[in-house]
Amino acid sequence: MHPFRYVAASSIDEAVAVLREHGARARCLAGGTDILVQLRVGRYELDALVDVKGVPEVSALRLDRAGLEIGAAVPCYRIYEDAKVHAAYPGIVDAATLIGGIQIQSRASLGGNLCNAAPSADGIGPLIVHDATVVVAGPKGTRTVPVEGFCTAPGRTVLDDDELAVSVHVPRPPARFGAAYERFIPRNEMDIAVAGVASAVVLDRSGKRIESARIALASVGPTPVVAAKAAASLVGELASLDAFRAAAEIAAGEASPIDDMRGTIDQRRDLVRVLTRRTLELAAQRAAAGAAR
Amino acid sequence: MTQAQLSKAHVRCELNGQSVEFLADQHMSLLEALREVLDMTGTKEGCNDGNCGACTVTMDGRIVDSCLVLAPEADGRRVETIEGMAPPGGLHPLQQAFLEEAALQCGICTPGFLVAAKALLEREPQAGEHRIRHWLAGNLCRCTGYDKIVRAVLRAETPQPKPRARRSRSA
Ligand SMILES: Cc1cc2nc3c(=O)[nH]c(=O)nc-3n(C[C@H](O)[C@H](O)[C@H](O)COP(=O)(O)OP(=O)(O)OC[C@H]3O[C@@H](n4cnc5c(N)ncnc54)[C@H](O)[C@@H]3O)c2cc1C
Ligand code: FES
Ligand code: FES
Repeated sequence: MHPFRYVAASSIDEAVAVLREHGARARCLAGGTDILVQLRVGRYELDALVDVKGVPEVSALRLDRAGLEIGAAVPCYRIYEDAKVHAAYPGIVDAATLIGGIQIQSRASLGGNLCNAAPSADGIGPLIVHDATVVVAGPKGTRTVPVEGFCTAPGRTVLDDDELAVSVHVPRPPARFGAAYERFIPRNEMDIAVAGVASAVVLDRSGKRIESARIALASVGPTPVVAAKAAASLVGELASLDAFRAAAEIAAGEASPIDDMRGTIDQRRDLVRVLTRRTLELAAQRAAAGAAR
Repeated sequence: MTQAQLSKAHVRCELNGQSVEFLADQHMSLLEALREVLDMTGTKEGCNDGNCGACTVTMDGRIVDSCLVLAPEADGRRVETIEGMAPPGGLHPLQQAFLEEAALQCGICTPGFLVAAKALLEREPQAGEHRIRHWLAGNLCRCTGYDKIVRAVLRAETPQPKPRARRSRSA
């Protein structure tokens, strides 16, 4: 590995100062499960790595009336071991429990998942269907960016070289909301998604019809794909297998997958079809169960 | 930047219950520091990229792949490795169970499996097969086919307290 300076930042200002000093030759370190691998294989060289886990805002996990604030470096296990988060945000917990194995989950963060911007990232879709936003800090202060527009290309995001992600804000879901994430991998555990789908639905007062829906696809485009037409097709429909099947068909058309070593275009479209239907069913079940509580 | 321009990181941590201090290159992994600086070679390197779990240690009680932790990140933390597992003059029940079930062949994966399994059983003394397999999914073994490993961990589980009444007559 090319030698670099390790800086344990204890404040946002300190982290920004180091990023500023080194420009593109410095990056943040959260759990290291992407960046240390990439540095070791020499994908790029850095002069400084800024450990942001000691920055209080970046390591905080807070659930209150406004919603869920996930510090960008909060490791997956803290998300799924928190009973309240587990109950209120099962779609996000789906992803946190899928990423890597237990060792990886001790370290890997959703902030790192997002900033790494892999097309196959499991954590991004669930945040999109929750309408989550990212708090970004830089030399000029902070700004807020929707997760939906955060990734711009494989490995690229809207962040400038001197900016860091502070936290992800997940608004408190409306009543009768449910979300779910599923992916397909050839193994049982520890693999990269051939395709993944996150779905969210809000049921109307009767609990039978869909008031609104959101669907986001992973691993079938250079960035997460928002299947807006598929989601729109559900509005006002009965929460039924027929409606979910029809939406899944549309979602398969909205995917723009490629052939690669992990799967073919046809297989990926097929997977989107199956996973969209499944996650919509699960999201609707969860919405109904939540409404019943 | 060259290595010569960079000072070494000064790391102080608790390693297997003892406080240690050492110097390491700032970009050195905890795995390398354990093996090459501290001469503790029980922790193994398999893939060096987070896939095999051979380098598993605990940090503040959570299992991590030490190849994906930087040595300076261990500063101020509590680290436990395979060297800290056996009580003086004996074996940990998991180590004993691995021997009895023949849960190892070449042995490269064994320290990682033992450290990971210990963390599970400390948390969930009766984890059960499904949970054991799930928990150990981040540990690879090229030799045993996993079955013997899972059986060994099951053997090391704290036996379920016997249910008192309700012995079914048909059983
Ligand atoms: C064995 C293994 C299995 C894996 N399995 C999965 C899987 O199933 N699904 C999946 O999606 N991923 C998987 N991954 C990839 C990785 O674990 C995830 O992407 C993880 O969420 C990355 O988080 P991290 O905290 O480790 O990020 P890091 O590696 O620390 O950082 C990743 C990138 O984000 C940047 N970054 C981190 N934090 C910030 C911040 N606060 N501000 C700005 N930039 C920041 C870093 O500079 C770096 O470029 C796996 C990796 C391994 C090694
Ligand atoms: S050597 Fe660390 S996971 Fe394989
Ligand atoms: S015993 Fe050889 S890899 Fe497990």
